[in-house]
Amino acid sequence: MAIPVRLRVNNSATQHDVEPRVLLVHYLRESCGLTGTHVGCETGICGACTVLVDGKAVKSCTMFAVQADGSDVTTIEGLAANGTMHPVQEGFWECHGLQCGYCTPGMIMASVHLLARNGKPSRDEIADGLRGNLCRCTGYSHIIDAVNHAARKGVARA
Amino acid sequence: MKRVEDPRLIKGIGTYVDDMKLAGMLHAAILRSPHAHATIRKIDTSAAKTIAGVVAVLTGADVNDKCGLVPCAAAIPDLKAPAHTVLASDRVYYVGHAVAVVVARDPYIARDAVEAIDVDYDPLPAVVDPEAALKPGSPLTHPDLGTNVAFSQTVAGGGDIEAAFRNADRVIKHRLYHQRLTPMPIEPRGVVASYHNGEQALTLWTSTQIPHLLRTLLPGMLGVPEPKLRIVAPEVGGGFGAKLNVYAEEALVGHLAMRLGVPVKWIESRRENAASTIHGRDQIGEYEVAVKNDGTILGLKSRTVADLGAYNQLLTPAIPTLTGLVLTGCYKIPAVKIDLTAVYTNKMSTDAYRGAGRPEATYLIERLMDVVANELKIDRIAIRRKHFPSPSEFPFATSCGLVYDSGDYDGALAKAKQLANWDTLVADRDAARGAGRLAGIGVSTYVEICAMGPSKAMPAGGWEWGCVRMEISGKVSVITGVTPHGQGQETTFAQIVADRLGVPIEDVVVMKGDTAVAHYGRDTYGSRGTAVGGTAIVMCIDKIIKKGKVLAAHLLETLDDHVVFEHGTFKAPGVSTRAIPWGELAAEAYIAKNLPAGVEPGLEASSFFEPENFTFPFGTHICAVDIDRDTGAVKITKYVAVDDCGNQINPLLIEGQVQGGIAQSIGQALMERTVYDENGQLLTGEFMDYALPRAADIPEYVFGHTVTPTPVNPLGVKGVGEAGTIGATPAIANAVLDALQPLGVVNLDLPLTPEKVWRAVHSRVPATV
Repeated sequence: MAIPVRLRVNNSATQHDVEPRVLLVHYLRESCGLTGTHVGCETGICGACTVLVDGKAVKSCTMFAVQADGSDVTTIEGLAANGTMHPVQEGFWECHGLQCGYCTPGMIMASVHLLARNGKPSRDEIADGLRGNLCRCTGYSHIIDAVNHAARKGVARA
Repeated sequence: MKRVEDPRLIKGIGTYVDDMKLAGMLHAAILRSPHAHATIRKIDTSAAKTIAGVVAVLTGADVNDKCGLVPCAAAIPDLKAPAHTVLASDRVYYVGHAVAVVVARDPYIARDAVEAIDVDYDPLPAVVDPEAALKPGSPLTHPDLGTNVAFSQTVAGGGDIEAAFRNADRVIKHRLYHQRLTPMPIEPRGVVASYHNGEQALTLWTSTQIPHLLRTLLPGMLGVPEPKLRIVAPEVGGGFGAKLNVYAEEALVGHLAMRLGVPVKWIESRRENAASTIHGRDQIGEYEVAVKNDGTILGLKSRTVADLGAYNQLLTPAIPTLTGLVLTGCYKIPAVKIDLTAVYTNKMSTDAYRGAGRPEATYLIERLMDVVANELKIDRIAIRRKHFPSPSEFPFATSCGLVYDSGDYDGALAKAKQLANWDTLVADRDAARGAGRLAGIGVSTYVEICAMGPSKAMPAGGWEWGCVRMEISGKVSVITGVTPHGQGQETTFAQIVADRLGVPIEDVVVMKGDTAVAHYGRDTYGSRGTAVGGTAIVMCIDKIIKKGKVLAAHLLETLDDHVVFEHGTFKAPGVSTRAIPWGELAAEAYIAKNLPAGVEPGLEASSFFEPENFTFPFGTHICAVDIDRDTGAVKITKYVAVDDCGNQINPLLIEGQVQGGIAQSIGQALMERTVYDENGQLLTGEFMDYALPRAADIPEYVFGHTVTPTPVNPLGVKGVGEAGTIGATPAIANAVLDALQPLGVVNLDLPLTPEKVWRAVHSRVPATV
C-alpha cells in the first residue's frame, strides 16, 4: 500500500510513493539516494540519523517518511552551499572533530541546529545540546572545539 | 595538520558498506535465538517462503556444510573447542546465535520473513556464572565437550615465587571483577558480497578492520582460493576490536552470493550488534601480593577465571593470556605466578576490545598498588616510584617475559603531577574532606604493549607491508597493508612521505583497505598502524631515494656516491649545478630511453617490515573526583593525562586517540556493563540499556606528553591507539576508592554507577536523624 509523499530535500522537490512504515531515514537513503545520513541504532538514541526538518533537528529514524510529507528537509549533503563548506563543517575539519566519520553527519546537523538557537554557546551548553548524539571515537572534546570554532566564526544560516 | 580523509566524511559522501548499491542486489536478514541454551527441535520456514519478495530462506542444514567452521587463530595448547558452524545446527548456545537467514528483495520484507519463521526450541539450563560453571554438577555450556573448561594455564616468571611469599612480612589479598563490556562502534557490522560466476571470483565489502586476515582465512571456509578472493574494507564506522574478527555472517553472506548468483547485502541492527558482535574483558581475578613492611613487593600471584562465552572467535582464548604479559605493569616485581582458567558460558564470545587483555592488567596492578599502599600506610606515589626501573635500566626485562624497549616512568609521573598542580590538588581534596565532602584523587602509572608485533609472538604474522610508487606525473601513490578506520593514516603516511621525499603533500595519495590494491598486509589493531605500517613505508622511501640517486647520477654523468638528496631534489655538488626533481627522474624511469645499464625501469618500491619487538608506550593519568552523597554520582573535577607514545607525527591525531580512549575508560569505570541475567538473557541489548558516555560526561582534560622514542623502528613511534583505554580506568577507579576510603570502603567493582556508589556510602554512614 504505497502513499505519495512530496518533500523538498536540500532545496529540491522530491516525489515518491512509499509504504507507510518506511522510516524517513530509509526514504532519504534509498529513495533519494542520500546516504550521508546514517543508521546507528533502532531506539532513537545515537543520533547518527539527525537531519533538519523544517529547520529543526530531528532523528530521522523516529519519523515515518509519510509524516514528513510537505516538509523541507536538509541533510548533510545539503549543507555546503555552492560547494563552500558550512562553518560547522569547517570547524569539524579544523579541530579534528571526527575520526571514523560515522556519527559525524548527525553530529554536524545537530550542531547546526544548536547554533541556530544559541549563537554563542558555552562548552557546557554545547555538550548539553549534543546529548542526543553518541560518538565512540573522539571522546567529544574535539567535537566541542569544532562547534566552538564555528560559533566564533559566526553562523548566520541553518 | 588537518586530515585529508575529512572532506568526504564531513560532506556525507564517504561510502560505508550500507551505502553500497549493486545491480540486482538482494537483502539478507538473520533469525537469532531468543534462548541462551536450547535444542532446536524443528524449524518451519514455509510461511516465510510465501511472503512476496522473499527469494530464499535457509537454515544450518542448508548452509553449514558449504561454509566451513568459523576459525580461531590463537594457538593455545590443549584447547578444548566446540565446532563453530556458521548457522546453529541442532542447538543454540547464546542469545543472538544465528539460526536461519532470509534473502529478499528489500530489507523490510526480509525482516517480515524472519518473523514468520517458526522455530520449536527445547530450552536447556544456561551456564552464566563462570565460577559456578567450574563447580561439579554444573550444567554444561557444550554437553559434547564434557567440561566447561576451555583450557587452563599456569605461568611462572622471574624468581622463586614461593620463596617470595615465604619471605614476605605480609600477603595482601584482593579480588577484582573486570566486567564484560560491549564495544558498540556507532556503525554496526555489514557485508555486501558479489560473485562473478564466469571468473569464479568472490568480492566481499565488509565493515572490518582486517580485510587481509579475512582473505587468509575465508578460503578455508568457502573454498574460494586467495587469488580469486577480494576483500574490501570501505569506510568503516569504528572498530575498537569488535571488527577485528572473522564472523560467521561474513562467510554466510559470501556463500549466499555464490549460491544465489546475485549480490547480497546484510546489515545488522544495533540489537544484533549488542548480542552477536564480540564482547570485551570479563575476567574474575583473585590476587595476592607478597610485601615487606617497607612496601617492597616480593611477588605477585594471580588466579583468574576468564569467561570466553560460547565459542572461540578469532582470538578469544588468547586475550586473557595477554593480561599475564604485562601483569607487573611499570614495576620491578621479581616473581610472578599466573593461574588462568578459561571457561565456556552460554553468552556471546569475548575477544579483543580496545586494549585486549592489557586494560585488565593495568587495572589490577594499579588497584593493587593503592590497596597495598593503604594497608601498609605508605604513600601511593612513593610505593610506585620505589618499583620503577630507571631510564638507564632499559631495555628492561620483566618477570612476565617481555623486554620493555624504552621508558621514563618517573618523567611522565613528574610531568603529570606538575600539570595537575599536585600539592594544591591534594590540599583541595583534604579541605573538601574536612568540609564533609567525599573527594578523592587517583593515579595510574601505566605501560602497555603496542605495535603488534614480532611474528614469533603473533598468530598469523606481525609484519607489515607497504609500497611507494612515484608515478610518471610525479604524483606519489602510497599503498599500505594497514587498514585504518578513523586513525588517520591517509594523513599521517602522506605526511611521512611528503616530508621524506620532499614532495607537496597534495601530491601524495594513500590507499588502503582493498586486498586487490594492497595485496599484502596484516591490518589494524594493537596500535600498530603507524609504528609497523609507517615503518614499512619508510623502508620503501629509502629504497626509492636510493634508486633516485642511481638515476640522477646517470643524468648528471657522475658516480652514485657523489649524488646528494635533499629538499626533494638530487644534486652532485662540485660536479654540476643542476638540481634534478622527482618528476624528471620519474619520466626517465618510465619512458626508459636512457636508463643506466642493469637498472630496471620504474620508480617504486615495496617492503615488508618485521619488527624485532613490541613497543611499550607509557604514561601517568591523574584524576580527581567529587562524589554526591545524595545520588552517588561521581563527578570528575580534574583529569590530567601525560602519555608517551614516542615520537609524534601528528599531535592533533594523537590527542584524538587518547581522548577517545579516555572516554571509553570513563564508560568502563562509571557506566558500562554487558549484563546477562541468570537465564542468559541479554539485558543490555540496545543503547537504551547499555550506557555510553555522552558529551556532558567528559571532563575537560589537561594533556601533556613526554617523548621517549623507541629504538624498535626508525620513526621512533610507539603507538597510541589503546593508551587512553588502558591508562584511564584505573585512575578513575582509584580516585573513587580514595574518596570512599575514609568510610572504610576497600573494594568496589566497576562500573561505579551512582547506585553502586550510593549503596557503598550509605551502608557505612549511619543515617542522621
